Amino acid sequence: VSEPRTLAPPERRIAVVSGVERLGAYDLITTVDRYGPKHPRPGQFYMLSMAVGWGGRGDERPYLPRAFSYARARAETEGEGTALDFLLEAVGPGTERLSELAPNEQMALVGPLGVGFRPPVPGTRPLLVGGGIGAAPLLCWQDELEDAEVLLGFRSAAHAQAAALFAGEPRVVTDDGSVGRRALVTELLAAELDRDANATVYACGPPAMLEAVRVLCAERDVPAQLAMESGMACGFGACFGCVVPTRDGYVRLCVDGPVIDAAELDTALVAGAGH
Amino acid sequence: MEGDRSVELCGVRLRGPVLNGSGTFDAIAARRAFGDALIERFPFDGFVSKTITREPRQGNPPPRLWETPAGLINSIGLPNKGLEGFLQSDLPEIARILTAASQGSAGDAAIPLIVSVMGFSRDELAELVAAAGARDEVAMIELNISCPNVETGLVMGADPVETASAVERVRTETDKPLIVKLTPNAAAPAAVAQAAEGAGADAVSLVNTLKGMALHPQTGEPWLGAGTGGVSGPAVRAIALEQVASVASTVEIPVIGMGGISTGRHAADFLAAGASAVAVGTESFRDPAAARRIAAELEGITLPGSEPAPASTIV
Repeated sequence: VSEPRTLAPPERRIAVVSGVERLGAYDLITTVDRYGPKHPRPGQFYMLSMAVGWGGRGDERPYLPRAFSYARARAETEGEGTALDFLLEAVGPGTERLSELAPNEQMALVGPLGVGFRPPVPGTRPLLVGGGIGAAPLLCWQDELEDAEVLLGFRSAAHAQAAALFAGEPRVVTDDGSVGRRALVTELLAAELDRDANATVYACGPPAMLEAVRVLCAERDVPAQLAMESGMACGFGACFGCVVPTRDGYVRLCVDGPVIDAAELDTALVAGAGH
Repeated sequence: MEGDRSVELCGVRLRGPVLNGSGTFDAIAARRAFGDALIERFPFDGFVSKTITREPRQGNPPPRLWETPAGLINSIGLPNKGLEGFLQSDLPEIARILTAASQGSAGDAAIPLIVSVMGFSRDELAELVAAAGARDEVAMIELNISCPNVETGLVMGADPVETASAVERVRTETDKPLIVKLTPNAAAPAAVAQAAEGAGADAVSLVNTLKGMALHPQTGEPWLGAGTGGVSGPAVRAIALEQVASVASTVEIPVIGMGGISTGRHAADFLAAGASAVAVGTESFRDPAAARRIAAELEGITLPGSEPAPASTIV
């Protein structure tokens, strides 16, 4: 069975930022990739850094590139290349520097990397579950699937602005009740699966949310694919840093993930994720 | 076909002087990510495998990484399939990649395979050297001796006597060149290098990572799953350069220099300090093609005391 993976060129390359859109708590960065493949697979990621000015921030970092799932990719209407959208939130020295990007600035990228989402189990409906910035890889996946239901959870109204990027009307809850009900997205998922468990679940979000999704789906025998996160230095299997424990032992999220079949996991709580 | 940049190391011809540090590039995983383009544009002139142990190892519990100022702490813990698994599946696959990548190299130079091995006793190390050395695909063997000897409790590479005993024990197991990878955490790396040379090593490589740690920002507990790890990247370059210069002025055998090399200028510095070849490690994490860029930059730099480059290459 071939894996959902588009190969990357084996070098870091420069891409030019064409748009920066503020979306509440997030930034949507669009960059034009002239030398990479046109069709990355939903769930794949890129290692991002700046062409200049990378380093020398808080604690004299960042030093390593940062891994981001792409949110959407499309052919450039004017000129060559592929426009790649990335959703980011400034939470540390790397994301802070990237969030200061302005149009026409250069960034550096390697990718697309990893394996993406696999198709739904035949006869089941796709159910997309996003928590916070984990909504990003679900955007291109929703575009590709037909009639996927989308459930989203955010901390606040500022974060929930990212819901507007989805087609149709995703169902949204927030931690503070400022948009939609005050609830966890996993409560929406539980109700949805209790109504009709004939689904394939795709989830991306913080470790605690992924673990709740994993348990909910395991209890109901619902297949689930989790787009996971772990501290990563290289993105292409060189450093062996980004391992997560599976029933077959440790696997590297960058080459065997980031999308992992929930049935392979005893837990989705990865030590060190989110830092 | 590119120009001839080949060098000779311990009687083995390499297509150029830029290797990878052991454990910083997985050719098999990279092939999955990059496909045949990896073979067409292979980054290194000689390839060093991840360290192989006799038994399979899962490696250390995560988290395994921490970013430092201009560097990285890792505590990976040598995950590998074990000697048998390596010889059966990984070795032939790596060899196929290197053979294909060597096509088109100038002259008879190729991209030789250097297998890195670690044993927790001298006999275990000897078994690994004998088994790896018996394979035609293997050009040289690197001894990773930055581990404790379970018989004495001492880190082999931290002590000249331990190092000499280990090298003496394995020397008779193979005719292939033996490279001893030195740890910078020894009190006197040059004395360890001298002991290795005296016991029959054909080359030394340095530096391995420097011991380091990081604390969890909220709990104050050690961040890394294994408690401590090894620091690499530009943060260690000045220390590495001094150790390479010190070792190169002490031994007659070739020295492979590494530690934070990220430009051709850095590589030229290590060569000027007495190294015969260099290795790129952490910089490859930032750019899989870093070693090719460094090799190209190095070609444009004239080393002190060497023949000037042809006028056309002087900028």
